[in-house]
Amino acid sequence: MNLISFMGAIELGLIYGLIALAVFLSFRILDFPDLTIDGSFPLGAAVCATMIVSGCNPVLATVIAFFAGGMAGLVTAFLNLRFKILNLLASILTMIALYSINLRIMGRPNVPIITEETILTSFEGQGLPGYYLKPIIAAIIVFIVAIIVARFLNSDYGLAMRSTGANQKMARAQGIDTNKTTYIGMALSNALVGLAGALFAQMNGFADITIGTGTIVIGLAALIAGEAIFSTRGMLMAVLACIFGSIVYRIAIGLALNADSIGLEPSDLNLVTALLVTIALILPGAKNPLKKLMKRGH
Amino acid sequence: MINVQDLRITFGKNTPNENKALQGVNLSVAEGEFVTVIGSNGAGKSTFMNCLTGELIADSGAITIDGKDVSRWKAARRSSLVSRVFQDPLAGTCEALTIEENLSLAHSRGQKRGFGLAINNTKRELFRERLSRLRLGLEDRLADKMGLLSGGQRQAVSLIMATLQPTKCLLLDEHTAALDPRMQAFVLELTNDIVKETGITTLMITHSMGQALQFGTRTVMLHEGQVVLDVSGEERSSMTIHDLVDMFGRVRGEELDSDSLLLG
Repeated sequence: MNLISFMGAIELGLIYGLIALAVFLSFRILDFPDLTIDGSFPLGAAVCATMIVSGCNPVLATVIAFFAGGMAGLVTAFLNLRFKILNLLASILTMIALYSINLRIMGRPNVPIITEETILTSFEGQGLPGYYLKPIIAAIIVFIVAIIVARFLNSDYGLAMRSTGANQKMARAQGIDTNKTTYIGMALSNALVGLAGALFAQMNGFADITIGTGTIVIGLAALIAGEAIFSTRGMLMAVLACIFGSIVYRIAIGLALNADSIGLEPSDLNLVTALLVTIALILPGAKNPLKKLMKRGH
Repeated sequence: MINVQDLRITFGKNTPNENKALQGVNLSVAEGEFVTVIGSNGAGKSTFMNCLTGELIADSGAITIDGKDVSRWKAARRSSLVSRVFQDPLAGTCEALTIEENLSLAHSRGQKRGFGLAINNTKRELFRERLSRLRLGLEDRLADKMGLLSGGQRQAVSLIMATLQPTKCLLLDEHTAALDPRMQAFVLELTNDIVKETGITTLMITHSMGQALQFGTRTVMLHEGQVVLDVSGEERSSMTIHDLVDMFGRVRGEELDSDSLLLG
């Protein structure tokens, strides 16, 4: 693994850290298994790239992508809460609909923006090579977002949202409108994914209809890695664990793909990820042995 | 304070499993009264309680609390008027959250939940003070997860949570049924003290005839979805558990008689 691919892994890890954070919000906080993410990630990329190509300010395009993702989350929550469609199925319906919507937005399967002005443009040409600049910009954005999310989860409203996923009946008895907290939580989760899509498109110079496939599994893998390696006591720690888990996961994948002796190809990535997540899910107390290992080292 | 008129609810209407859980409950509770509610399994006690809290919306009838018609209000909206303690110690608190987070949730009941920090030092001081009256040492364990506490401890915290914000009435749904005898006595004493101190209007469902007479100012018996017995004052204070069990048996016996008459 050379320096460029290492920095690339960190950059991707940071962007997918937002997705791990979104998975944390839906799966952990709201107890809502949400697969919309596979559609809202390319949605964010599609919205952002299409707007940039048509001459829009890249910052504005990124913000719009954030809200577009949020809308996708609202649709899933609406299908589940209003029509009582099973949460998993509701999210699959939104995801599959988004495939067509994304194609409509882009007008073709791939929109290149490599020559267009992006949020990176104004920082370029100051002597810093791209493989340093990208992870630095990504880190600044991702950590600001992570801290805001952690602060939100520690607020009165954030606490109400956490109780919604943990014990709905109790939450209602405390006067919490659990439908409303679910809507807001799902919107926030998918808005983060939309933002990740927008960043992905700008860092890589394109939006593509296929980039969403398996996003949810990668998010889960990052979440599991983060929870296994880092202490998740307190919201700030839990949120940061998502980000660092994602980075660790990306570096591990990068190392595995670069080691010639194992003989893995980049196209094996999804298989490896699926295997990793499966093992993590079926091992009893899978996250505990790792945690103990880490503690013994201190 | 609480006024219930002709409350009716049927589960599984027009199916073979049709169950007329409440068949016209009428009850009027004055401010400051402490009513104990008894009845056999399936008498409709918990259904009645769920109708009061808004977890269930009755088919017909009216519920007025503190002069407001709340019949169509959902649970979250009613929480500003009623607070409750569940039978299941696991239901009334959030085990995944810390003790102080649970208390903070209760502290915001009926208030607007904004983006201020859920836990700050002012709140912590208040929680510590409220918990210290339990003498369970919980005031020093604010940051512990609720799941680490025993059932009895969790019910005690539930009671503190229910009365953390001023509320119009307190509903207790067999809140000591799942506890061991020592913890049961402790939680009941605590309940009695809190009700006396705050003078809050209280409804307590219980399975124990002894508790029904020992605590409170009035006893109501539900049977087949109706109020069949309502004693208070002189009559109640001279009553023994034996008398109550007798009346309990008679109510059920009469039902049997009328059934056998019909069948005969």
